[in-house]
Amino acid sequence: MALFVFVCSAAMILVGALGVVTRSNPVHAALSLVLTLFGVAVTFVALQAHFLAAVQVIVYAGAIVVLFLFVIMLLGVDRAENLRIEPLRVQRPLAFVVSTGVAAVVIAAIVRARDSLADPSRGLAPTGADAHDANVREIAREIFSSNTFAFELTSVLLLVAVVGTVLLARRQRSPGAGHPVRP
Amino acid sequence: MIAAVVPTTTWYLVLAAVLFGIGTLGVMVRRNPLVMFMSIELMLNAVNLSFVALASRLGDINGQVVVFFVLVVAAAEVVVGLGIIVSIMRRRASVTADDLADLRG
Repeated sequence: MALFVFVCSAAMILVGALGVVTRSNPVHAALSLVLTLFGVAVTFVALQAHFLAAVQVIVYAGAIVVLFLFVIMLLGVDRAENLRIEPLRVQRPLAFVVSTGVAAVVIAAIVRARDSLADPSRGLAPTGADAHDANVREIAREIFSSNTFAFELTSVLLLVAVVGTVLLARRQRSPGAGHPVRP
Repeated sequence: MIAAVVPTTTWYLVLAAVLFGIGTLGVMVRRNPLVMFMSIELMLNAVNLSFVALASRLGDINGQVVVFFVLVVAAAEVVVGLGIIVSIMRRRASVTADDLADLRG
């Protein structure tokens, strides 16, 4: 059962990721991104991170991808891009080499460290009826005890990001009048 | 026989590494800035996945707390990045990253 879940979520993640990279229409790429994000959420559930799975679906698939789709349709860039045109001829094979190299190096490091991860005495987090909200409780205790300052800082960060984006994307009323000139 | 195989932490880490590689490829190959942003999201998700896998392997909830903060920062990053893209695209119609030399002074 665990194997089945892993295979399904891995297939979702990889198909979606390849779709993001290879689909020429940005709308299709965004929808492939949704597939990947749902696959990651399924993996989070399989790893007993229930709170993060819910947050992943709500924030990523619900908010970020919708933001992407809004921007795509607002700007009218939803026409397909011709992927065969490549102004820098070297760039594409070089990108293949570099990305496979990065993945290969990371995988080699993981395989080397496999023995230290394969300690059977410590398994996954406990499951069962008594632990149905244990994950949320643990995360809340950790955030609001030792990470309170960082948590408050994220609210400042979000506020600054929202105000800055409103300023950036504000439509200028008339040429010369709307844009304040800085000294 | 096959059903008895349980995926270990190593499998999740390898999956995250492959996802990170695909995201890297997308950032370098694609020229639409929106799709490049989506590829950055793929890379962030790969890192989140390995954080959660190791947190659940080591029984340490702090890995999941870090992923929570990464989600918040990713949301802020997408908001600011898309705002910049909207304000650039508003004054020029092209959609490729090659034409974006506008930030020069």
